[in-house]
Amino acid sequence: MLKIEGLTAEVDGKAILKGIDLEVPKGEVHAIMGPNGSGKSTLSYVLSGREGYEVTGGSATFNGHDILAMEPEERAAAGLFLAFQYPVELPGVGNATFLRTALNAQRKARGEAELDAMQFLKLARERMKALSMSDDMLKRGVNVGFSGGEKKRNEILQMALLKPSIAILDETDSGLDIDALRIVADGVNAMRGPDFSALVITHYQRLLDYIVPDRVHVLMAGRIVKSGGPELAKELEAQGYGAVQAAA
Amino acid sequence: MPAVTETIETVQQATESGYKWGFETDIEMEFAPKGLNEDIVRFISAKKNEPAWLLEWRLRAFAAWKTMEEPRWAAVKYPPIDYQDSYYYAAPKQKVGPKSLDEVDPELLKTYAKLGIPLREQEILAGVEGAGSVPAEGRMPIAVDAVFDSVSVATSYKERLGKEGIIFCAISEAVQTHPELVRKYLGTVVPQGDNFFAALNSAVFTDGSFVYIPKGVRCPMELSTYFRINAKSTGQFERTLIIADEGSHVSYLEGCTAPMRDENQLHAAVVELVALDDATIKYSTVQNWYPGDAEGKGGIYNFVTKRGACRGARSKISWTQVETGSAITWKYPSCILQGEDSVGEFYSVAITNNYQQADTGTKMFHIGPRTRSTIVSKGISAGHGQNTYRGLVRIGAKAHGARNFTQCDSLLIGDLCGAHTVPYIENRCVSAKVEHEATTSRIAEDQLFYCRQRGLTQEEAVGLIVNGFCREVLKELPMEFAVEAQKLLQISLEGSVG
Repeated sequence: MLKIEGLTAEVDGKAILKGIDLEVPKGEVHAIMGPNGSGKSTLSYVLSGREGYEVTGGSATFNGHDILAMEPEERAAAGLFLAFQYPVELPGVGNATFLRTALNAQRKARGEAELDAMQFLKLARERMKALSMSDDMLKRGVNVGFSGGEKKRNEILQMALLKPSIAILDETDSGLDIDALRIVADGVNAMRGPDFSALVITHYQRLLDYIVPDRVHVLMAGRIVKSGGPELAKELEAQGYGAVQAAA
Repeated sequence: MPAVTETIETVQQATESGYKWGFETDIEMEFAPKGLNEDIVRFISAKKNEPAWLLEWRLRAFAAWKTMEEPRWAAVKYPPIDYQDSYYYAAPKQKVGPKSLDEVDPELLKTYAKLGIPLREQEILAGVEGAGSVPAEGRMPIAVDAVFDSVSVATSYKERLGKEGIIFCAISEAVQTHPELVRKYLGTVVPQGDNFFAALNSAVFTDGSFVYIPKGVRCPMELSTYFRINAKSTGQFERTLIIADEGSHVSYLEGCTAPMRDENQLHAAVVELVALDDATIKYSTVQNWYPGDAEGKGGIYNFVTKRGACRGARSKISWTQVETGSAITWKYPSCILQGEDSVGEFYSVAITNNYQQADTGTKMFHIGPRTRSTIVSKGISAGHGQNTYRGLVRIGAKAHGARNFTQCDSLLIGDLCGAHTVPYIENRCVSAKVEHEATTSRIAEDQLFYCRQRGLTQEEAVGLIVNGFCREVLKELPMEFAVEAQKLLQISLEGSVG
């Protein structure tokens, strides 16, 4: 389980997270909602270890491990996956090469046998079929020339291959049409089970129609101001963040 | 691609210094006295038992060299070279002209085994001889000429190639066995007085490879020369001459390494290629001379003149180079496109890390009508490295319909290095078309983080991104070489991010 206590963090000397307390038990999917600038992306970068996001206090543990003390690649090997809001392009690097290198790096770090090219292709094709993606995505450069929807689907494919035990989805719904949204949601739902938990960060309630969360938390000005069941998301949609803020 | 995994493994295995070819072979050597004068030129010529015309040729080159000055226009800095403080001939003591590998000094064989260069011919599976040349491991064999300091120590597959009429041997041997071919072509692409370093080479060249592919023959295997500098205070001046007769085809590879030493050593080679009607020569180099240490001490000065002449119609010469080594690289593999519809290509990756300096590029001379050239250059600078692309595209008045496309991309790692692009374009023909594109970029923090979030270490991430950046060039290399080159790229950049 992911356990965050009193987490504070700053970017360029400016305090963004001002004391986050959050628990995501094993097997649960939690949503974090909040207005722009509330610290949603900062939280995802702090948890995944991006440079420039300074932790100034508090703790974050995953299955008892202090993840804040780990390098980003160690967190990845420990099972933490971040689906990027803006997936990055790697010109000239084939998607298949990238996915296999990543998968094998993680397998190696965990002391598991690496997959050869044939084993990998078989696995990748299987996962792509399940996600209704075409094979040619493997042959292209990583995210190069991908549409917004393709980039997000590629994130979901990576997640399906890497099989994390916790996935953080940072506004994965932004810029998606309804069909792409459904594919992304199906990808996440397919992973749900006792060994998978997720933190779904979103601005809108729309995604949560497809990925129904166990809990919803409202993040405002660097703090969780309200938590509740899936109905909280609908409430927010109807009344706006202002009402929650006034009540908090 | 398995190459990426191999790349990563290689890095993990790499020694602390990063340069694992830096060992020295302890072997009894024969030297000419230090220094350079007419007597040394005569000494070398006598050692090689050369005919009078070649000695004359060398002496003319030496006379020209004495009147010339070292070029200073390249963007490289180095202290003055004392040409009298170097040996111009160094050869392992052994029987003259070993007939088989059994006669070669075991120390030498060990050296090449350590470098991973196959000198022994791989056995060919019984029964498949006629089907081609697939050896036991299922890999294509590669014929190797091994040049150790000043002499060629062994050339493999000579007999098999001989059956096709292909001549592949040390140039010193070709002077004896095929003097008419050597005399007809030597110095016709790079004349003795072409430039300071070419003149020096012409006076004192000691060995190198000679290749002749007869009319209509497609060389059945990759030919390669492996250059090794071993002796201290010794320059290496090899000379390679490749002639592809009408309608023939050859792919040639060149590799090089040297021991790690605090002093700088000079390497001034000349390569001449001649392609006649409808012939194709593909020339690939993985240059990995010792680059010097992290503080910039030591390393090879690599001053090389490489030029190919597309003399025949529809002929093609393609240069591919991966330059990871040397303290200084000064090198412009060029094409003279005389024949109508002839094609010149230049694909280059040059890496400078630590204090390495590279000033490299190409020259494309469009003389014949409808000649075409393509230039793709990828420069990577890290540490305090300085990387300059310098290229000339000259289109003559009669090169109607000639075309050139040039693409120069630079990648910077860190903020102490430099990348420079110096294109020269001279067009005297209105119907010709010349295109030039250039970009400079950095490895972005978000690219590194993206890779690391997926489980790659920082160094693996840099390796992956750099290999992606160079892909257009690496794909031009023969398969086996491409894998080597990918490994080298990663090793060369070790410690560059951090």
